Amino acid sequence: MATLQFREALRAAMTEEMERDDDIFLIGEEVAEYDGAYKVSKGMLDQFGSRRVIDSPISELGFAGLGIGAAMNGLRPIVEFMTFNFSFVAFDQVINNAPNMQYMSGGQFTVPIVFRGPNGAAGQLGATHSNSTEALYSTFPGLKVVAPSIPDDGKGLLKTAIRDDDPVVFLESELMYGMKDEVSDAEDYTIPIGSARVAREGDDVTIVAHSKSYHIAMDAADELEERGYEAEVIDPRTIKPLDIETIVESVVKTNRLVVIDESNPFASVASEVTHQVQDRAFDYLDAPILRVTAPDTPAPYAPNLMDAYMPGVDETVDKCLQVLYAK
Amino acid sequence: MADDSLASESASGLNGSSDEGTGFPEDFPHTARLKQAGVTTLDGLRDVDSLEDLKGIGPTYAKEIAEALERYDADESGGTTTEKRSSPLSGDGAAEDEPEGPWTQQSIEIPEGPIEETVSFDTYPAGQFSHDELGFSDDEVVDLLRSMLLQRRFENRCRQMYQRQKISGFLHLYIGQEAVSTGSVSAVDLGDDSIITAYRDHGMGLAMGMTPEECMGELFGKSTGCSKGKGGSMHFFDAEKRMMGGHAIVGAHLPLGAGIAFAHKYRGEDNVCLCFFGDGAMHQGAFREACNLAGIYELPIVFICENNQYAMGTAVDRAFSKPDLFKHGYNFDFPCSLASGMDVFSVNKAVRDHVENYARKGQPSMLEVRTYRYQGHSITDPAEYRAANELDQRKSEDAIARLQQYIVDRGIATDSDIDAIDEEAEQKVVDAIDAADAAPFPDEEAIYDDVYTQEDYPFIA
Ligand SMILES: Cc1ncc(C[n+]2csc(CCOP(=O)(O)OP(=O)(O)O)c2C)c(N)n1
Ligand SMILES: [Mg+2]
Repeated sequence: MATLQFREALRAAMTEEMERDDDIFLIGEEVAEYDGAYKVSKGMLDQFGSRRVIDSPISELGFAGLGIGAAMNGLRPIVEFMTFNFSFVAFDQVINNAPNMQYMSGGQFTVPIVFRGPNGAAGQLGATHSNSTEALYSTFPGLKVVAPSIPDDGKGLLKTAIRDDDPVVFLESELMYGMKDEVSDAEDYTIPIGSARVAREGDDVTIVAHSKSYHIAMDAADELEERGYEAEVIDPRTIKPLDIETIVESVVKTNRLVVIDESNPFASVASEVTHQVQDRAFDYLDAPILRVTAPDTPAPYAPNLMDAYMPGVDETVDKCLQVLYAK
Repeated sequence: MADDSLASESASGLNGSSDEGTGFPEDFPHTARLKQAGVTTLDGLRDVDSLEDLKGIGPTYAKEIAEALERYDADESGGTTTEKRSSPLSGDGAAEDEPEGPWTQQSIEIPEGPIEETVSFDTYPAGQFSHDELGFSDDEVVDLLRSMLLQRRFENRCRQMYQRQKISGFLHLYIGQEAVSTGSVSAVDLGDDSIITAYRDHGMGLAMGMTPEECMGELFGKSTGCSKGKGGSMHFFDAEKRMMGGHAIVGAHLPLGAGIAFAHKYRGEDNVCLCFFGDGAMHQGAFREACNLAGIYELPIVFICENNQYAMGTAVDRAFSKPDLFKHGYNFDFPCSLASGMDVFSVNKAVRDHVENYARKGQPSMLEVRTYRYQGHSITDPAEYRAANELDQRKSEDAIARLQQYIVDRGIATDSDIDAIDEEAEQKVVDAIDAADAAPFPDEEAIYDDVYTQEDYPFIA
C-alpha cells in the first residue's frame, strides 16, 4: 500500500498501463506540456514523450473522434476531457460513434477507448461548468460508465477501463483529486467493472452513493450511528453496468433505501436505482425509496445557493430518518 | 516541442523521407512503392534493369524515379542541387526549423501591408490522362470498367428491390459517381490502406471488392450481410478490406478518418487513410477540427470531398460562402486540388498524386472531386429542385460511357466484349439478390450481440 492523492492514483494507473502496452496513448487539452489542467498527467510527457502524451487544441469533437478512429484501427486511446462539461461539444462522437460502431459493423470494429476527466459540480463555477453526466452517458448502450469515489478504486478501475475492449466513460472529480488515501501497489491491480463496494455494513438502512456523494454517505452513516442506527453504505463504483445484485441484497436485509446522487433528479442514476430496486425487491421495502439530489435547476453561483444546491450530510441523515420512520 | 514529438518523427523516417534507415534520400519519389517492390536502397535501385516492370510502378512513376536518381547522382558528383518538390500552396514544403520549446514562436511585430500570398491549385480535368501513362495494363482498364458497371447495375437493382419492399430504411444511390470510388480504390494499396466514407457507401464497398452478396444481404437485413443485418445501407463495413465504414451522421466520420490515419502513423506504417465525404459535410465543425488535427499531427490522410452538387436539395453554391470547396483546405496549409469525377483516370491520377506525394509523406491534403448524382438524394426524393435540362446534360458526361468509348477507341475491347461484361455484372447482382432472398434474417437473439465485446455479457436486460 502507498498513500496517494486521487490524481496520483489515476496517474499510476495510466503510467503502469502505458508501460505495459505501447498501443495506449493519452490525448487531450493541456495533458502534455502543461502537465494536465488538474495535474493528473504530471510528468507523463517526460516519461513517454510526445508520441504518446499528446496535446490537443481545444477541439473536443476532433480529438474524441480521432481517438475513436485510432481505436477502430487497433490503438487504445485515453482521451482526457478537461472536464466533462466540455464533452458536450463532442457528444455525437461519444454517444453515436464510440458505442455504436461494434454493433453496426456486425462485430467487425471494436472501440477500446477511455474518455476520462472530472464530472459534476466543483464549487462556484456556474451552470455551464457544473454538469453531472453519469445518467446521460449511461443511457446509451455500448458505453460503460465508471465513477470511483476513492483513490484505490480510481486506480484499480482505471486500469480495468484501459484494458477493456469497449468504450468506457470514466468520471472523476476536481474536488477529489487532492484526496489522499491508501492505494494498492500490487502488481496488476485491477477491479472489475460492474462490481459494487460495500463500504460499511449495517442492518437498518441502505445508502447508495457514488463519486463525491459516497463521502456524504459515509459522514451521514457516522451521524446515524450516533443516533443509534446502522447504515449500510454501498458505492456502486460503476454506474453502467450497475451491480444491482449487491444493492438488492442489502435492501433485502435493511428494507430501507436512500440514494444520494448529486445530479439533477429527473432521469438520474438515483431514479434508475429506485426503479430497479422496486422492480426486484418491492416486497422487502418497508418505506418508499427516497433520493438526495441536486434540485431540478441549473447550478447557481452564490455560495449560499450552491450550498443549498448540493446534496449534504444533514439532508441525507434527514431522509434516512424518514425511511426509518424516526422522524 | 520535444525531440521525440510527432512532428519531428514524421520529418525523419516515418514517411520514408530520410536517407538513414530507409536507404532513400529525402523527397525521393515513390519510395513506399519501391520498398513494396523490394527495392530499399539507392544501390538496389541502380541495379534494377527495367523500373517499369517493378510491381506497382507504372511508366509514369518509372520515369519520375529515373529522373530523380539521375538528379541525385549528378548532385552527389557536385552537380546542381535537387529541387524540392514544391507544394502547390504556400511555401515550398521545406521543413521549418524545429521549435526549441513549447513557447510561442510567433511574432507580434506587424509588417507593412498588404500581405500577399500566391496560391496555386492543381487540377485534373477529364480527358487528359491515358491508362498507359498511369501504369494500367489493358486488362486493368477493363477491370475498372467492370467495377463501375457492377456498381451501376447494383444500384439500379437496389431501386427495384426497394420498390418491391425487400429493402427498407434510407437508401442513397451512387449512380453517376462510380468513377470516384473506382478511380480512388485503384490508386491505393487495397487491404493495407484504409478508406472511410459517408452513408452513400455501396459503390465504395463494391469498388473495394466487397461481394454483391454480402452487400445485398445487408440491404435485405439478412444475417449474411456485411454487418450481419445490423447496419443497413448506410453502414457497410469490411475490416479485412479496411473499409472503415459507411457513416450516417453527416461529417461525424471525418475525425475518425484522422484517427485511423493517426494509428497508421503511430505504428510506423506506410499506410494512409482516404477520407471521403459529401459537399454537405464540409459545413460541419467536424471538418474543420479533423483538418486542423491532421495538420498539426501531420497525419497520412487525404480529405476527399465528393462534390455531387447537392446536399439533399441544397445546391452547393447556395450553401457555401466559398463554393470552391477545394480551396477550403488552404486554411490548413494543405496542398489542394480539383479533379473531374466524370473520368476515372482523372480521379485515379489525382488520388495517386495526393497519396504518394503528400499522404505517404505525412502531409494531409484536400482533393475536391466534382461529380453528380443522377438519382434523388435518397430513393424517396424526386429531385424536383434541379434545373430542367440539368440531369440530361450531366448524363452526357457519364463516366462509364466515357470509359467505354475510350476502351473501344483504343482497341482494348470491342462493343460486344463490353456488353458481355455488363451482362456479367448484371448477373452477379441478380445472383446476389437471389442469395439475399434465400438467406435467413438474424436470430432474434442477435439483437443482444455485439453491444459489448464480452461474450454472454451478463448485464443486458
Ligand atoms: C448531422 C446530420 N444532419 C443532418 C442529416 C440528414 N442528412 C442526411 S444526408 C444529408 C445531406 C448530405 O449531403 P452531402 O454531404 O453533400 O452528401 P451526398 O448526399 O450528396 O452524398 C443530410 C442533411 C444527417 N444525416 N446528419
Ligand atoms: Mg452532396
